[in-house]
Parts: sequence; structure tokens; C-alpha cells
Amino acid sequence: MWDWAFTFDIIPVLGQAAIVTVQATALGFLIAAILGLFLASARLASPAAGVAVTIVVELVRSTPLLIQIFFLFFVLPKAGIVLDAFTAGVIAIGLHYAAYCSEVYRAGFESVPRGQWEASIALNLSPWRTFRDIILPQALPPVVPALGNYLIALFKETPLLSAIAVLELMQTAKIIGSDTFRYTEPVTLVGVFFLGMSLVSAGLVRLLESWLQRRY
Amino acid sequence: MWIRMLAAMLAATLSIIALLSLDGEYRVFLPGLLEGAILTIEITLVGALVAMVMALLAALGKLYGPMAVRWLAITYIEIFRGTSALVQLFWLYFVLPQFGLYLNEFTVAVLALGLNIGAYGAEVVRGAIVSVARGQWEASTALNMSRPQMLRRIILPQAFAAMIPPWGNLFIELVKSTSLVSLITLADLTFKAQQMNQTTLKTVPIFTLVLLMYLAISLTVTIVMRVLEQRTAIGIARGKVV
Repeated sequence: MWDWAFTFDIIPVLGQAAIVTVQATALGFLIAAILGLFLASARLASPAAGVAVTIVVELVRSTPLLIQIFFLFFVLPKAGIVLDAFTAGVIAIGLHYAAYCSEVYRAGFESVPRGQWEASIALNLSPWRTFRDIILPQALPPVVPALGNYLIALFKETPLLSAIAVLELMQTAKIIGSDTFRYTEPVTLVGVFFLGMSLVSAGLVRLLESWLQRRY
Repeated sequence: MWIRMLAAMLAATLSIIALLSLDGEYRVFLPGLLEGAILTIEITLVGALVAMVMALLAALGKLYGPMAVRWLAITYIEIFRGTSALVQLFWLYFVLPQFGLYLNEFTVAVLALGLNIGAYGAEVVRGAIVSVARGQWEASTALNMSRPQMLRRIILPQAFAAMIPPWGNLFIELVKSTSLVSLITLADLTFKAQQMNQTTLKTVPIFTLVLLMYLAISLTVTIVMRVLEQRTAIGIARGKVV
């Protein structure tokens, strides 16, 4: 049933693909973390921006990521923007998780006591300086665990990129499967890789969390 | 208040779909997409049922089962939370037949999504059971109830109220992950959209309609869960005096 020789044959190929998966995760999360912070800050800046951000966040969170990937990949070329599959996919994943991350940041901002804002006004700090020097340093550490959860969730959604033929793990496993008619080993290996990476990153996030708790 | 706002958003979404259907370019795609949407809703409903049953079994197994059952439950939860839903779907679809187990696509889809969401749900159920006030357990013991009796009559009804909001989130996740079944050639909303896109290349109207339809389904789920939340909250005191 399980062919070990075949398993060892395909491990190097899957290893190559794993690099693409990790790259997509890193780039996607970078977009999500930065854009999410931007969205959450826009909420603080003005009530009108707040309403706009709420609607965008709800729209993005209520529709499937797969559709959003297709949308970017197929619709953008119509507007004259041609992106390769990897870029379109990473941007779609980044945008999707930015919506989730912005809610996390919002919770962080709300956890900063109102008195901190009032004290900054009393000290005659500009709104920008208040935000950068007083609010952000207090809002960010408590949200790290929640961001870590979304990093893992994002990582587990990268197989969706196979739907637009990005050569990441899942797509590579599918190609090996259709070439050799053996799906058991490649698909199982992909599962094992994801499980391993998820457990390792969960452990790392927990370490970071306890380190932050000791520092603050 | 929230429910009214969500209902307004749902109404707006539906009226945009209706408005677009007046436009010839959009109207041609509506019947096919609606057909796909019905399959999407069916998969969501059956998948939700599978998820709830699995979650309850796994949570009770992890909390009260004998050692072997406990480890089985933990393994199930960690494996299905640790790997991607798509990988699980493909594993069931491609690997099970190699072991001589042939399931049709619909069963595979419902099983894979149900098992995936069920693993997350198990932790929700477990958390809710554990969060029931200690005094309730003690009082049930004092009344000489057996453990199944205690769970069924005292603990689970209270835990049920606590687990509705997180289940709402999971059901939205489920609605969204149904789009994955298109990749094992089930003719759901996403599949129909891709198929039409390949034959007509009318990308913008097709994907706009699809996004609106998913939005309508998700909003409906959210509204139902919110209403349920309000209903069950009545008569249950959670840490406050009523």
C-alpha cells in the first residue's frame, strides 16, 4: 500500500515546493499584518473611515478566499493589470487576512485605557505622536497571540493557490499524483508537512507570547 | 441593534442581485449560479450536522472518555486542526479509493468539511462545558445525579448557550470552505462560476454575482445565529445576578 522507495523519491521535489509554500505564507502575512494595522488605525482616525473599514472587513470576511483569489487572478487582467499567479495569489491571501488582522488590532487599541489618550492631550502631544509613542506600544504586545493564530490559519490556506496553478506543495503533490497514479504518498506527505509546521509554529508563538509576558 | 444592521446588509445585497438581474449581461448567468448556490447551501447544512456531531463526540471523549478514547479524540482534533481543509478533502478524495473505499463526491465533501470544522468545534464544546460554573456541578452531585444525567439536564443546556457565538463563526468558516468542493468537481457555486468563466470569459459579472451570493448566504447564517443567541440567553445567568 505504502511505497517507501517512492516516498523518498518525491521528498526532494516536495521540499522544493515547500519553499514556495513558506514564501507565500511569509509574504502574505507581511501584507496582512501591515495592511491590517493600517485599516485598524484608519478606524481611529475618523468615523467615516470607520464605517468604510467595517463594511470592507465584513465583505472580505463573509466571502470565500478561493473566490477572492479567482477574482484577483481573472478580473485584474481585465483592468489591464497582469500579475503572475503567485503574486495575485499572495495579494489575495494578504488582503483576506488583513481583514481578520484589523479586527485583532482593533481589540488591541480598545484595550488601551482611555486615560492614556486623555493624558496625551493634557501633555499637548500631537495625535500622530500620541498614536505612535503612547498607544501603539501598549496596543501591540497583547495582540501577538491572536496574530499568531492567523499566521497559522493563513499558512494552512496556502494550498488554495494550487487552484490558480502556483507550484506550491498541494499543486506539486497533485502533479506527482497524476503522473504516477499514486496519490497516497504525496497527499499524505503534504498533510504531514502541514501538521508538523502548524505544531512547530504554534509552539513558537507560545514561546514568543510567554517572552512578551515576562517583558511587559 | 446588530441584527437590524445585518438584516439591512442582507436586504441590500439581495436587492443589488435583483437590480443586476435587470441587466442582460448579468441575467444570463443567474439561473446557473443559483443552481450552484443550492448545492452550496446543501453542503453547508449537511456539513454543519456532521461537524456538530463530531464536535460533541470528540469533546465528550476528550473530557470524560477512558484513556484510549481520550487519545483518539485528541489525535482527531490535532490532525484536523493542524492540516489544511483542502489537504483533508484531497486525502479523502484521492487516497480512500486506493484503500478500496469508494465514496461519491458529495459524501467526501460533506465528510471532509464536517470533520475539519468538527475538530475546531470540539474545542468550542469543551471550552463551553468547562466554563459552566463549578457550583452547578457540585449542586448536581449533591442532588445525587449520575454523570450522564448531570451532563444532559444541567451542564449541556448551559454550555449550549455559551457555545452559540463561537459556533456562529465556525458556520461562516464552513460556508466559505464549501467553495473548496469545486476542486473535486462538485458543481457548487464556485464550480459553476469557473465553468461559466471558462466558456464565456465574462469574468466581471460572473464573479461579482458569486461574491454577492456568498455574502447573502453568510449574512443569513450570521443573522440566524444572532437570533438564536438572543433566544437562549434568556433565563440563563452567566456570572451575574438576574
